[in-house]
Amino acid sequence: MKSHVMSQLAALEAESIHIFREVAAEMERPCLLFSGGKDSIVMLHVARKAFAPAPIPFPVMHVDTGLNFAEVIAFRDRWAAQLGLRLVVASVQDAIERGVVKEEPNGSRNRIQTPVLLEAAAREKFDALFGGGRRDEEKARAKERVFSFRDEFGQWDPKNQRPEIWSLYNGRVFPGESIRVFPLSNWTELDIWSYIAEEEIEIPSLYLASEREVVERDGMLYAVNEFVVLKSGETSQKMSVRYRTMGDANLTAAVESVADTVAKVVEEIAAARITERGATRGDDKVSEAAMEDRKKEGYF
Amino acid sequence: MEADLLRFATAGSVDDGKSTLIGRLLFDSKSLFSDQLESVERVSRERGHEYTDLSLLTDGLRAEREQGITIDVAYRYFATPRRKFIIADTPGHIQYTRNMVTGASTADVALVLVDARKGMTEQSRRHAFIATLLGVPHMVVCVNKMDLVDWSEEVFENIRREFTEFAARLRLRDLTFIPLSALSGDNVVTRSEKMIWFDGAPLLSHLERLHVASDRNLVDVRFPVQYVVRPQSHENRDYRGYAGTIASGVLKPGDRIRALPAGLETEIASIETADGPVSEAYPPMAVTITLKDEIDISRGDMLCRPNNVPAVMQDIDAQVCWMDESAPLTAGKTYAIKHTTRWARAVVKQIDYRIDINTLHRVEGVEGLTLNEIGRIRLRSTKPLFVDPYLSNRQTGAFILVDESTNRTVAAGMIVRESGS
Repeated sequence: MKSHVMSQLAALEAESIHIFREVAAEMERPCLLFSGGKDSIVMLHVARKAFAPAPIPFPVMHVDTGLNFAEVIAFRDRWAAQLGLRLVVASVQDAIERGVVKEEPNGSRNRIQTPVLLEAAAREKFDALFGGGRRDEEKARAKERVFSFRDEFGQWDPKNQRPEIWSLYNGRVFPGESIRVFPLSNWTELDIWSYIAEEEIEIPSLYLASEREVVERDGMLYAVNEFVVLKSGETSQKMSVRYRTMGDANLTAAVESVADTVAKVVEEIAAARITERGATRGDDKVSEAAMEDRKKEGYF
Repeated sequence: MEADLLRFATAGSVDDGKSTLIGRLLFDSKSLFSDQLESVERVSRERGHEYTDLSLLTDGLRAEREQGITIDVAYRYFATPRRKFIIADTPGHIQYTRNMVTGASTADVALVLVDARKGMTEQSRRHAFIATLLGVPHMVVCVNKMDLVDWSEEVFENIRREFTEFAARLRLRDLTFIPLSALSGDNVVTRSEKMIWFDGAPLLSHLERLHVASDRNLVDVRFPVQYVVRPQSHENRDYRGYAGTIASGVLKPGDRIRALPAGLETEIASIETADGPVSEAYPPMAVTITLKDEIDISRGDMLCRPNNVPAVMQDIDAQVCWMDESAPLTAGKTYAIKHTTRWARAVVKQIDYRIDINTLHRVEGVEGLTLNEIGRIRLRSTKPLFVDPYLSNRQTGAFILVDESTNRTVAAGMIVRESGS
């Protein structure tokens, strides 16, 4: 007799597919936030499966801070083209030049992405934005719904979330309001990597270990590149590192690693003792509630 | 064997050790990261706690940390080589009943915590009732803080007896008791040496071995059509696939099916996924079905077997948990209703009674249901729904109500039986 039991990865994939179809069926103008990072790559991979053999029935959007790794931007463009998807690029650099947002003194463009995202979403009249956020990433995310309601200003109100029972999602909104949808809510970092391995999904090579010139700052390793320039007194050294997350190139640290294949990354992640954000994101160390505060303003 | 997925729900308040228990499961299964632990230890010290307050791991919102309480459902994840676990961690006080209902709605197992010193309380009875109401198939009563009662078998047995008597009034299929100490870790991941009188498994082994496959309904074929796939490309010009998630039953190519509400019958031509066709599909697989004959089917319709169909109903008896603070459920009012992939509108014809969730008594003659109240109501929907009793089918027996003036989800409903005809 067959067991009729799905593996946990198959079950997670099925749940995500269900979410994609639900949004495509009920929302007017959905869009998928695609950065070329691993979570959005997996998200797009699952979206393709949800609608096959038809193409993905919505465009993708990237909020380009202007500080992204060049390889990731190239990857983004190639993927969107390969899947025949319209790619909307909302440029933070452009918004700075237009005076819509102002550069922050610490050099992080993380927070000023939000108005740029909201402006582009309003212009395109998107009423649902898929994001690759996972609940294991961060404490505020652990409390967020799969269908996360945003008011006309794009704001998240954690105290006033719609109850989400069974898989009966409620995407009803009035004009101007929207829903952020997180199809990968229940995936963990290890699930993402195991899935990339199992499905043989192509990823930017920055995720794999390689000898890179790095400089140590505040206990974190930053690869020297056009955005990370040695300050006086700093020295760089060659080390085998890889990236666990793909944020801005000036603020995303690498981790020491010998994992030069996806299978080895899976092994390393399974043994990792520090969260991916703790290990690599200078921009998350602002306060205990940094993510919650940004989300309230309309962040991803 | 590949790891499968198990979802469990916990409910509890600050002092019954729930957060410590979750922290212990995460820590002992090496799912707690060192930066998370350091952050919790630091904040605990700053607040002057003498112990590491593991609730800080899950209480992530500013308001929760400020008030020192759990407000909302938090989802936590850990895995062992056998299983991945999703914990829906919910607050235990009565004012958070809706959050407990939310957490229990998708759970395979409910963990009910009982403080060994206090024995059964109103709260533990309430948690057991909510888990049963939501059809959670398995319940584990964790008799916690056994270290504080000298690891006494007698204390444990008394609680077991009392709880079992109470549980006889509930429809529980599987009830397990485990004496443990979340603080010291006894019987959480490893077997306690202090309670050799207990011959059961520690909590984690129990959760790892729990057989949940047979909980799913594999008999009644129910396939709510979620989305119609029409590629409109040259090579797939005539392709028409019905995409959806199997609610229950096992489907195979060649099976005769009936499409509701039209009632027309045809045969399954193929069951497809992006990775190729499959020879059978079962819950909760997400697939695309193609049919032999072209019949008019759209989102909200349901495929089932000709000799095993759900009730096609507009009059519905249900238990509901009211979840909205802004307005009560009121007889005569019309709400939007979402059942499987089908939306309709439904008027509340009658409120039969409210259930006192502490005593389980029925309170008749109530005007409405307010936030966190549970009651039995009758609805009439604007179009037929394809329903099964919640007890036999958690997918086709469930619905939500949405207030059309606010778009908020205001109620979770469990169909008791089809009323009317």
